[in-house]
Amino acid sequence: MADTLARKHHLLGLEGMSAEEITPFLDLAANYALLSRSRTAPRDALRGRTVINMFFEDSTRTRTSFELAGKRLGADVINMTVATSSVNKGETLLDTAATLNAMRCDLLVVRHAQSGAPALLAQKVEASVVNAGDGMHEHPTQALLDALTIKRHLGTLSGLTVAICGDVGHSRVARSNIHLLTAMGSKVRLVGPPTLVPAAMASLGAVSIHHDMESGLRDADVVMTLRLQRERMGAGLVPSAREFFRFYGVDSRRLALAKPGALVMHPGPMNRGVEIASDVADSVQSVIQEQVEMGVAVRMAVLDRLSRMRTAS
Amino acid sequence: MTDLVFENIRLIDPEAGTDVSGRLLVREGRIAGQDKAGAEGRPENAQIIDGKGAVLSPGLVDMRVAIGEPGFEYRETIASCARAAVSGGVTTLAALPNSKPAIDEPALVRLLRGRGEETGLVSILPYGALTKGCNGEEMAELGMLREAGAVAFTDGIHAIADTKRMRQLLAYAKGVDALVVQHPEDPSLAKGGTATAGALATRMGLAQIPAAAEAILIARDIRLAEMTGARLHFGHVSTGEGLALIRQAKARGLTITCDTAPPYFALNEDAIGEFRTYAKLSPPLRAEDDRLAVCAALADGTIDAIASDHAPWDADDKRLPFAQASAGGTGLTTLLGVGLSLVHEGTLTLPQLIALITRNPARLLGSDAGTLRDGASADLCLFDPDSDWVVEAGSQPGRAQNTPFDGRSLKGRVLGTWKAGRRVYGGEAA
Repeated sequence: MADTLARKHHLLGLEGMSAEEITPFLDLAANYALLSRSRTAPRDALRGRTVINMFFEDSTRTRTSFELAGKRLGADVINMTVATSSVNKGETLLDTAATLNAMRCDLLVVRHAQSGAPALLAQKVEASVVNAGDGMHEHPTQALLDALTIKRHLGTLSGLTVAICGDVGHSRVARSNIHLLTAMGSKVRLVGPPTLVPAAMASLGAVSIHHDMESGLRDADVVMTLRLQRERMGAGLVPSAREFFRFYGVDSRRLALAKPGALVMHPGPMNRGVEIASDVADSVQSVIQEQVEMGVAVRMAVLDRLSRMRTAS
Repeated sequence: MTDLVFENIRLIDPEAGTDVSGRLLVREGRIAGQDKAGAEGRPENAQIIDGKGAVLSPGLVDMRVAIGEPGFEYRETIASCARAAVSGGVTTLAALPNSKPAIDEPALVRLLRGRGEETGLVSILPYGALTKGCNGEEMAELGMLREAGAVAFTDGIHAIADTKRMRQLLAYAKGVDALVVQHPEDPSLAKGGTATAGALATRMGLAQIPAAAEAILIARDIRLAEMTGARLHFGHVSTGEGLALIRQAKARGLTITCDTAPPYFALNEDAIGEFRTYAKLSPPLRAEDDRLAVCAALADGTIDAIASDHAPWDADDKRLPFAQASAGGTGLTTLLGVGLSLVHEGTLTLPQLIALITRNPARLLGSDAGTLRDGASADLCLFDPDSDWVVEAGSQPGRAQNTPFDGRSLKGRVLGTWKAGRRVYGGEAA
């Protein structure tokens, strides 16, 4: 996957990307974060380009973030909502791709419930494809925005200890974060019950697995929590929300085990009182709102860079 | 019918276990002797076929083939399946019962047999459904299906989930002396999974099927076979753990047999990288350790047969996100070529390989195919074991093109196939 980005101008995942390939995205995003705050982003960077947001799975937050990113750079942004599109009428993903080709779309942002769906589309569409989350596979822009947030606060992405807590096994956010953070030289701890953090996760790189929060959070620089889907209870992976919070929720007592001032992060939307205590989510250590802000900057950087790579080739 | 004399050939006789240069005579569509002297061996008016040193073996017997007809003709018809078969040297094939309708009626068994004969290319040996509709519940009419010509019983691509039901099926099958073939995968552990559990599936974010799902079902069913005394065969075995259980059962004298398929000794899970749906199979492609264990079990005789596990799908069934794509790959055309890799790498001798794809499966299914014995139907396969070719999805014989070996270079090419003494594949220049 390493050359996928450079050769085909897609961003399908972070697996296999080196620090040298990741850093330019973060640098450009840091710049866009500043320009966005001063409302001086270059509104002609994507002028005349068409960005289509294609969300086969609901996500108001991510879709809005991409939409704002495209508009701040002057692109024409179209949201194709699945509920009203032909996707529900039996049209295949590849028929959809053919339609998009005919519309001369430049950048296609795809969210899909199936791992690998954006990769399949990327084989068939002429547009550059940005994976906005596919199944349990990857969510590269989320990991990039997490990295940018961490870097702004801690000044580096190497030598850190990052604890990712909760439903790691089903999480595309966790996978992309593992690829990025280990590529940048940090250590990742995966913390949760064995049903949500299976042993095979250890094969993902420089990661360690912890089935208790105490060892998982001790001296961590960053504590990342993940949303626990209600359906995990029905599937027999976790007995109840209250038991999960009792043993794996991030509360102030457990957070105190991490380094003083450790960052608290969450990709949203949060289940307060399930994976994270309300007071922790709202504490001074929480950078959850800033993650949302950095999301727009990172997506501006991704759309801009992919667009320039297309033009250059 | 013209008599045939194959000359200048390497004859592989799986019954004798021999590999010798020689000559084979075919009269009236039947094998009429090897290396006979003078006029007896070369009758007047016989057509002489110069093999130029190529190998002549019995036509291959493929004991695990899904066809598509009846019910799914858009994937493959009996006619297109037969064309794919003879291009791979296969002249006898056992058809899985997962059609629409399932092969759970005696008339359907007769229909399949008759439709095979109509092609003039292959013999079809129908499996009967083990349960009505292959739905794992009500027992099919095993005795009547057997009378109609079903060679063995299976629910094909589905395992019998319920333990008590499996026990009853085995006990009843024993009463009608029928072989039961099981898809060795615990259905509950496999449900929803699309890739073998491990590092690769974890990275790709695919729902996983643990390799142990195979061993768990094999362990259960060996125990049930022991309780009932039934003959039990496991199809497409793919894990070292499952094979170890079968090896032990055989050592204890139980009538347990098994087959595997080329993907499980020639590919591993890496083939699904980048979400390649043509490599999505059931059971899923396994880790390299399991592949090596399959090779070892072929070498030590634990595995009784190699079947193509041919599973035709239309392009639209495969051009989908990985989890939604259908599982299975074509295999008739590549059975011999991929099988020969075992010979080239030294895992098996050529006679051993040929026995695994002719005589052994024929014996398991009670068929008299797969032999060069005098009087047997002259079903023959002439091939050059050293000729290279590249598998290319899109230009394979037959309708379905979903080969997991797309792009692979194979060493071993079929030059000609004969069914009952009539040439059904290959040009005149053999």
